[in-house]
Amino acid sequence: MATRLIPPPTATVRGVRRSFGGTPVLDDLHLDLVPGELVALLGRSGSGKSTLLRLLAGLDRPDAGQVTVPGTVSVAFQEPRLFPWRRVGRNVELALREGTRTERRDRARSALAEVGLTEKASVWPVTLSGGQAQRASLARALVREPELLLLDEPFSALDALTRIEMHALVLDVWARHRPAVLLVTHDVDEALTLADRVIVLDQGRIALDIAVRSARPRDLHSPDLVEHRERLLAQLGVELPGRVTA
Amino acid sequence: MATTAPLTTSLPRSERRQRGWHRAISPLVLLLAWQLASTTGLLPVETLAPPTAVFDALWTMVADGRLADAVGISVQRVLAGFALGASVGILLAVLAGLSRAGENAIDPPMQMLRTLPHFGLLPLFVLWFGIDETPKIALIALGVAFPLYVNTVGGIRGVDPKFLDTARVLGLSAAERLRQVILPSALPSILIGLRLSLGVAWLSLIVAEQINTTSGIGYLVSDAASFGRTDEMVGGLLIYGLLGLATDALVRSIERKALQWRLG
Repeated sequence: MATRLIPPPTATVRGVRRSFGGTPVLDDLHLDLVPGELVALLGRSGSGKSTLLRLLAGLDRPDAGQVTVPGTVSVAFQEPRLFPWRRVGRNVELALREGTRTERRDRARSALAEVGLTEKASVWPVTLSGGQAQRASLARALVREPELLLLDEPFSALDALTRIEMHALVLDVWARHRPAVLLVTHDVDEALTLADRVIVLDQGRIALDIAVRSARPRDLHSPDLVEHRERLLAQLGVELPGRVTA
Repeated sequence: MATTAPLTTSLPRSERRQRGWHRAISPLVLLLAWQLASTTGLLPVETLAPPTAVFDALWTMVADGRLADAVGISVQRVLAGFALGASVGILLAVLAGLSRAGENAIDPPMQMLRTLPHFGLLPLFVLWFGIDETPKIALIALGVAFPLYVNTVGGIRGVDPKFLDTARVLGLSAAERLRQVILPSALPSILIGLRLSLGVAWLSLIVAEQINTTSGIGYLVSDAASFGRTDEMVGGLLIYGLLGLATDALVRSIERKALQWRLG
């Protein structure tokens, strides 16, 4: 990855505070997301991950501070959230505001092709498997060619094998479109497999910010990733009974 | 809140058909008993005409065109009243369902009016609108508006907030949100309201046609009554029932098509 000095950030979070019922969830938070950077955001439940994502998605406003995002932001949620009453192709089309109906349909089809769902455009979402629905949701997020792609634990409900396939798919589409990506996850290995940079959120602030420079595909047993993993787990407060041999 | 039959039963088709057959026995026995009671003289024709006479009377009314005229006029009344009541009910429901201000303004009076038995307003309607078509259509409209209002508001409020968030991140405008998310999501409950309101529409028609009617099925029945023709009276009631069944079947078929997405 190139040095992070040249490009201006895609999204910035400046001194953001957000509290719910008097309890601060985010407290003087600062974060820059650089174009094309894949950032994983780790944190325990209640650390403010989802709150930060909602702020970046424009679903919430900070009590103080500033959130700046680019013109096109897309979100893929933990559950696919396809509208069950619209066919899969129409669901993807709904992300598009511009162009004629035919243009939108064509773009939706090619986005579905990119996630391997060409033949599912005209079926109802209820007929998709969990992994297919999540891929369709990713297609809906990608079809707008976002500058910032927010992924809110999108793989956590998938089985282990499907998750591996999804990781490869995300890296593939990310390499092709190069949006800035913020991936919210609670899976340290997932973060280390995918991200250029891993951030740990704790008590509403960034407690750890690690650059991961290994080339992909990554071997999680390589010494530097093992070291990163230990630092991240320690920061997350995970107590390991004795050393785990790699 | 009244409930309606489920969209599909979970029984396999063969079993359903068999059960259907078994369930036909007791009505047939009752019909036969009715016929026997009449032919043996146990049930005088002035009280209740036998089934065969009812069918004969219906056939005569079909042949001389009286039935078609009456049904045409009654159906027109229901259609006019339904269209009026449904538009008002759904419009108010959308206004109340979409904004807090709309809800505060519309919902309390609607909930209060809903508890009034609307048939009780008939004398007032006659006073206001006279005795021609207007009070009949108004009574039907009033009966139709409430079940549709209540179920549509319920459906709109029941929209999963996650879908509304999704609509926002997708950048849908307010109109698109209504068309693409809120109404489709509320549709199952709107269709329940539709079935209930059509039931009320026919019921309101029957009541409305009791007052000073010179046409329609109600006139057929009251005219028959003044001549002691129990066969024509029962025939007219049967027609009311069949029309109700027909509109219910219509809504069910709309449900099957419009809610296909639930089953895939």
